[in-house]
Amino acid sequence: MLTAEQIKNYIMQDLSCDYVAVQGNDGQHFEAVIVSPQFAGKNMVQQHQLVYKALGEHMREEIHALSMRTFTPEAWARTGNEITSER
Amino acid sequence: MSDVQEKIRNLVTTNPVVLFMKGTPQFPQCGFSSAAVQMLKACGVKDLVTVDVLADPEIREGIKAYANWPTIPQLYIKGEFVGGADIMREMYQQGDLQKLLETAVA
Repeated sequence: MLTAEQIKNYIMQDLSCDYVAVQGNDGQHFEAVIVSPQFAGKNMVQQHQLVYKALGEHMREEIHALSMRTFTPEAWARTGNEITSER
Repeated sequence: MSDVQEKIRNLVTTNPVVLFMKGTPQFPQCGFSSAAVQMLKACGVKDLVTVDVLADPEIREGIKAYANWPTIPQLYIKGEFVGGADIMREMYQQGDLQKLLETAVA
C-alpha cells in the first residue's frame, strides 16, 4: 500500500524542497504541504504541475486523491511557519 | 491537434465557465468535484457548463493532456485553465475566484 512517506520521497527526488509534509493513511487519499524555492516566480498552476511531474506515473496509477498546498520559502515564512529541520 | 483536443478547446472557448468533473452538479461522484461545484454556486455562477468525464473516457484522458494536469476537477474560465479543487479553494478563500468569475460573465 502506498504510504505518505513514499509520496514524500517521490516529491523530494525530483524537487528540491525546504519542507514537505504528507498526511494520509488509507493508501489512496493524501494531503501535502510543499515548500520549495523552485516555486519562485510561478503561479499556483505551475507550482502544482511541478509536484505532479515529480509524482509522474504514480499520480496516474496509484494515487487516487492528493490535495496539496504549495509555498515558496518566502510565502511559507509569511504564514508564520518555521522551516524545521525535517526534510 | 487530435479530435478530442479540438473538442475540448471548443468546449472551453465557446462557454465562459466550464468545469470538468466526475458526475453531475446534482450527483457528484467525488468529493473534490462536489466541492468545486459548491464553490462555483457560492460565487453565483449561473451559466455553468459541466462535463462529466466519467461519461466520456476520451475526454477523461484528453483533458489531462490538454492542460498538462493529471486530476479532475478542472476549471476553465474564458478558455483559460484556472486550476483544480485545491487552487479553486485557495482562490475562493482569497476572494480571487469571485473576482475572476465576475469579469468572465460580465
